Amino acid sequence: MSVEAPPRPATPPSPPSRPSAGRRVGGLLLRSWRRLTAMRTAIVLLFLLALAAVPGSLLPQRSLSQTNVRQYFADHPDLAPVLDDLYLFDVFSSPWFAAIYLLLFVSLIGCVLPRAAEHFRALRTPPPPAPRNLLRLPDSGRLESPLPPSAALDVVEEELRVRRFRVVRRDGAGGPEVSAEKGHLKETGNLLFHLSLLALLLGLAGGKMWGYEGSILVTEGQGFCNSFQQYDTYSAGPLVDSGDLTSMCVDLDQFRAEYEENLTASSFTAAIRYGDPQGEERRTTIGVNEPLRIEGGRVHVTGHGFSPTFTVTLPDGTAFTDVSAPFLPTDQRTMASEGALKLPDLGADQEDQLALEGFFAPTGLMQGGVLTSVDPRPLAPQVAIFAYQGYLGLDSGLPQSVYSLDQDQIERGRLTEVGAANLSVGESLDLPDGTRVTFSGYKEFAALQFSHDPGQLWVLGAAIALLAGLLGMLLLSRERVFARAGPGADGSGTVLTLASLTRGGGESGPRFTALSDDLQGALTTAAPRTAPPDPEVPPRV
Amino acid sequence: MSDSSLAELSNSLFSVSVALYSVALVAFCAHLAFGRRRERAHELVGAAAGTGRGGVTVADRPAPAEATDGAARTNRWGVIALAVTAVGALTHAGVLVTRGLATDRLPWGNMYEFATAVVLVTVLAFIWFAVRVPNLRHIGVFVVGPVILALVAIGLGLYTEAGPVVAALRSYWLAIHVTAAILGFGIFMVSGIASVLYLVRSRPGADQGTGFVSRLPSAATLDRLAHRTAVFGFPVWTFAVIAGAIWAEAAWSRYWGWDPKETWSFVAWVVYAAYLHARTTAGWRGRPAAWVNVVGLLVMIFNLTFVNLVSTGLHSYAGV
Ligand code: HEM
Repeated sequence: MSVEAPPRPATPPSPPSRPSAGRRVGGLLLRSWRRLTAMRTAIVLLFLLALAAVPGSLLPQRSLSQTNVRQYFADHPDLAPVLDDLYLFDVFSSPWFAAIYLLLFVSLIGCVLPRAAEHFRALRTPPPPAPRNLLRLPDSGRLESPLPPSAALDVVEEELRVRRFRVVRRDGAGGPEVSAEKGHLKETGNLLFHLSLLALLLGLAGGKMWGYEGSILVTEGQGFCNSFQQYDTYSAGPLVDSGDLTSMCVDLDQFRAEYEENLTASSFTAAIRYGDPQGEERRTTIGVNEPLRIEGGRVHVTGHGFSPTFTVTLPDGTAFTDVSAPFLPTDQRTMASEGALKLPDLGADQEDQLALEGFFAPTGLMQGGVLTSVDPRPLAPQVAIFAYQGYLGLDSGLPQSVYSLDQDQIERGRLTEVGAANLSVGESLDLPDGTRVTFSGYKEFAALQFSHDPGQLWVLGAAIALLAGLLGMLLLSRERVFARAGPGADGSGTVLTLASLTRGGGESGPRFTALSDDLQGALTTAAPRTAPPDPEVPPRV
Repeated sequence: MSDSSLAELSNSLFSVSVALYSVALVAFCAHLAFGRRRERAHELVGAAAGTGRGGVTVADRPAPAEATDGAARTNRWGVIALAVTAVGALTHAGVLVTRGLATDRLPWGNMYEFATAVVLVTVLAFIWFAVRVPNLRHIGVFVVGPVILALVAIGLGLYTEAGPVVAALRSYWLAIHVTAAILGFGIFMVSGIASVLYLVRSRPGADQGTGFVSRLPSAATLDRLAHRTAVFGFPVWTFAVIAGAIWAEAAWSRYWGWDPKETWSFVAWVVYAAYLHARTTAGWRGRPAAWVNVVGLLVMIFNLTFVNLVSTGLHSYAGV
């Protein structure tokens, strides 16, 4: 917040030290940019993103279930519209969710790119000179050797190089010294992680923009082609061109559901034929966890159910054989299903339409005069149906569900109930006008979904890179080792001061101990071979 | 043995485990009440490295508890407690093994099995640290106590008869995704407990007095335990979420759909990332960071309980 000072008329024009308006704006922008790209801001934004996701899991979401949202509106007529204005039923596509997402994105770019540049520079600069007082460092100690200083440092340098340190020799004020460094991979891992996060967000957004999916119930013997007109429901990103969909048709030959003894579903499989309508047709079997993957899309089985079939014989003898409609399961355990079969084209007259609405039980059982289902397998299929005659209102222009009758038509008296019965396969219901409805059997249907997400592989790659970067960043350590050679206490030999600085990677103490033990060992073995020492050799730089 | 008797054995082992843990709890209480604080040198191994130790004197790897311990008698309680806990962990593992044999599948197909496995991981992680850093045995009460409570709640509230899983769960991704989730969750539990104790231990004045607080491991040790476990748990959890997304792509046709479970796993991931950041950010180190870790633990528990039991999502068919 800024408070504007009141104008001070008596003061002379501002002194030259005061920056111009342009510079001030520039400074302000720079400060805001710095603030936005600070790590602290990123954490706050991350938290905000997490917090913003919470209502999305506690309130019903349109993207997950339209029905639940409608139910919520019915239960909370006052509250729901207010929540809706705040996009709380579309959290993950709301402007404020996008705002946090974008800010995080910018913040990440702002903090990762400069770091990457700096890392690149650091990769090519030699390790820094040793600090003046090595014994102040957390892990440090002294080693003694009869070797002269330069030879002792040679041994140290050799040992460190074997351990893949980058080593530099310098002639410091306190004597000849060695600086060594390794573990730039840790920082590389860090950058890889943060960059992958960016890539992942990009892939996610791209998939949303150019991806689409459509779902359809397909009864055995039927099929569909990949176009938005054919789907029962579909959703598409804003950049999808509906003329550009993957060209492909699918026919369902057979659907099978298998069950364990205790009626747990053990597998669902759909035998399909698929292919480009112009190209050759292939056969395959898809199922739960095993979609069909082709170039440009995937076909999943997302559900299944039964379509009871009926034969309708009109009084004049005209028969419509085995007409069917999918009935939606209301209970996955018993596959008790509900639905409606609409027959608008039976007679010449608009008022001659017929509809059957009711309940399908794959294994029916009458309990207290009510039909229930006791088994998901079609062992004894039965239906409980109500028959209606009249005008269905299908061409009224108002959309209506395929799975139920339009209640308005019934209330208005345009559609009247003309009969009801519980039928087993082969049994019939005779309507007052002489029409006979026979329950002739059932077919299975599969809920199929075609999905296209061009960002998917990209996201997978980013996720794997993210994990690799994360492991590198967390498990590796960056280590610097310094050694300085000074004359021994009695004037001969060398006292080496040794120290290390570690970042990350767990215990540094034991590692340092191991290193200094190894160095001591190497110095000891090197001693007899290089003797007699030649103290005049100038230290290498 | 028949499947049903194996399943019965599994149930008995569950009770045996709770009983053994209860015995261990009593021993841990005795350890905390009568045990002397161990010497600092041992503690440093677990404490933050790089706090001004000079010389090459840092070789104090944790020696076996009995070997260096002159006043062994009081600390014997710690060893007994740990041993009983280990036996409890064996029978606890037996619960899952027998269930797996009875059902012929991995024993994490429903919430009862999943939660039981998570608690087992917590116990094993604790044993691992308590063996290596003897001083950490002093937090045994605060690990085994919640473990017993959790197991009782699981046994009473989530028990499910041994049986097959639904078609959607028959995938090798069950092994990959759920195993990682169990590992991550179990480790995070230890991390969260350590941070809670750290918050208690690091209150001003906690060092004075002779209450149990002063017998807890030092704040630095607890903080380090919390961090190390979180550092282990975070990539595991990341992997679990990624594997879940891959499985979701095959099973539900999209890799990410903001299903309640997915949403809360993401929230937890973010909170743990924030914890790791906070620990390296000036002004957030210490208590604020520990609070973030505690929030992470609460989110994980919420994710396992509320999201599975109350909200409806695709994951809810995992069964209760
Ligand atoms: C402005 C944005 C960000 C900056 C400047 C930033 C910076 C850093 C730095 C410097 C580290 C290394 C910490 C250290 O070892 O001292 C780090 C680690 C880490 N970052 Fe970020 N980060 C940012 C955003 C994010 C985001 C969005 C995430 C995602 C959740 C994330 C997750 C992590 C994780 C998990 C670590 C590991 C912490 C550890 O080493 O213990 N960061 N980050």
